[in-house]
Amino acid sequence: MISPRHPLYQLTRSRLLEFAREPEAIFWVFVFPVLLALGLGIAFRNRPAEALPVAVQNGPGSAALARTLDAAPELRASTLPSDEARNRLRTGKLALVVVPGEPTTYLFDPTRSDGRLARLLADNALQRAAGRDDPVPVLERRLEEPGSRYIDFLIPGLIGLNMMGAGMWGVGFTIVQFRRKRLLKRLLATPMRRSHFLLSFAFSRLIFMIAELAALVGFGWVVFDVRVHGSILSLLVVAVIGSLSFAGLGLLSASRARTIEGVSGIMNLVQLPMWIFSGVFFAYQQFPEVMHPYIKALPLTALNDAIRAVMTDGTSILGSIPELAIVAAWGIVSFGTALNLFRWS
Amino acid sequence: MSPPEIAARCVGLRKSYGDVVAVDGLDLDVHTGECFGLLGPNGAGKTTAVEMLEGLLEPDAGELEVLGMRWGEDDHALRQRLGVQLQETQLAEKLTVEETLDLFRSFYDRGRSVERVMGIVELVEKRSAWVSRLSGGQQQRLAVACALVSEPELLFLDEPTTGLDPQSRRQLWDLVLEFKASGRTVLLTTHYMEEAHRLCDRVAVVDHGKVIALGTPSELIATLGAEHIVEFALAPGGTADDDWLRRVPGVEDVRRERAGIFLTVSEVHRSVPALLTELKARDLELAQLTTHHATLEDVFVALTGRHLRDD
Repeated sequence: MISPRHPLYQLTRSRLLEFAREPEAIFWVFVFPVLLALGLGIAFRNRPAEALPVAVQNGPGSAALARTLDAAPELRASTLPSDEARNRLRTGKLALVVVPGEPTTYLFDPTRSDGRLARLLADNALQRAAGRDDPVPVLERRLEEPGSRYIDFLIPGLIGLNMMGAGMWGVGFTIVQFRRKRLLKRLLATPMRRSHFLLSFAFSRLIFMIAELAALVGFGWVVFDVRVHGSILSLLVVAVIGSLSFAGLGLLSASRARTIEGVSGIMNLVQLPMWIFSGVFFAYQQFPEVMHPYIKALPLTALNDAIRAVMTDGTSILGSIPELAIVAAWGIVSFGTALNLFRWS
Repeated sequence: MSPPEIAARCVGLRKSYGDVVAVDGLDLDVHTGECFGLLGPNGAGKTTAVEMLEGLLEPDAGELEVLGMRWGEDDHALRQRLGVQLQETQLAEKLTVEETLDLFRSFYDRGRSVERVMGIVELVEKRSAWVSRLSGGQQQRLAVACALVSEPELLFLDEPTTGLDPQSRRQLWDLVLEFKASGRTVLLTTHYMEEAHRLCDRVAVVDHGKVIALGTPSELIATLGAEHIVEFALAPGGTADDDWLRRVPGVEDVRRERAGIFLTVSEVHRSVPALLTELKARDLELAQLTTHHATLEDVFVALTGRHLRDD
């Protein structure tokens, strides 16, 4: 235990006190991510699959055909005149139009997944009604357990996003403010060790990280039943590495800037690509495959992958060593570069 | 008498920022136990010079010695012995007086207790107040308190009373005088001549990065050759030539500034009646007449033709 008179204790304590007395900072670090999780969790909650709208073009036997299709739970069928049916199909209000006759004709847009799906469902319903016998017996089991929902994907992403935001803004802003108020220079005029000053940022980040992590994990657990499938200790180790790495990036962003505007610009520039690419709100696999190596090299992508491995997949932390190495490398390189660039006055 | 012990010394100190020469060959000797003042207008290079002595700025050229040590040898040990108050430092707004002093105290191996320092600067009652809620004078006293927690051998004060009201200024002066009374050294910059006069044993008048005069306040005033200033203005339309003004008994020097005429005189009671007689003889009417003891301000004006402050 270090004594209360140790400069490292005093520096860390003053970081914590100053932060805790800043209501805006508390809002952005603790309240905002929880509100974001709540909003997105409600917007993208899992709903029972809706029946696909299909239509039977008016003609001989169309009413019977529509009744058969409508009997399938995944389809909602009506009869319509030819013009109107085609019009609705073109504008996306219908997934499929069935034209009765010999043979029966399916009209659909093959580039739309609901069109292809409606074609399969309608064909299945019609063939079965006509007496088709399926030779392979099957059994369906529906997956609705925690771990597979959007909120299960989102909460780990928000944890990673919070490590990045709180680390970069928390460290970067404070340092530029210190520099602007000439407080950095004042501290330099004391026998304070520069390493103590920088370490105090790391320590205060770690202490707040634990609180942030507890807030998001606890909220997800209580409100949406999002569980941590791996060990809490592993999650903590991942979060420690992530927090320190982004504190390093924050330090680098703030190493030269003299104004709040200057450092804000730099940090937005650094963070924006990761907001988009790093799989916070949606999986980065949706981007073209050629981009994946670059996306995976971003520190937030690697951190999010590691958090999801522990939280969602419940795998051992050893499986995430490559990702953690990427996160740590960003932190070490940033910190080292920041030390050389740092402007104390 | 043995030569005085030197607390800080610089020889041929130079520093420029691009084309602007801030300090242009500055020589200083600060004796142990004295309060040494750097007096000069804004932009004279005082702050730059002091920050080089404090080891915060690298000089372009020149020799520096502080408490018998040089910067770059063992800065940590040297800083343990110094107290520094910088111009325009804003301390953390959301820390209390006591928290701020606890923080600064933790950097020093030896020093006073925070309790004691709060007593010295009369902030005990404000110990739990946030820095942002203190008045300007209280903030400035706290800034000085941060420099006093180490019980320094040498205290640097850079314009400690700029922008303060007269009462706060006097409180800070008492602090400095008390510190000096304990046998320690102070290096102070100011552009208030009254402050330099009240606090400083010796004053170096600085202009354009150079020392242009050095001595005790009385020695400097004595260089004017006379101790009083008679200031007068004539009613509109009247003019007075330097020639006959200089011939008024006791007048050592004549200066003009806007509508005012300034006479440096050794004896007011002789020169003023003579002046009045002369004016009457020339049919000139007075618009204003005042006299004051010569100050360091008059010394600065006599040396440079400019005032210390632009107001």
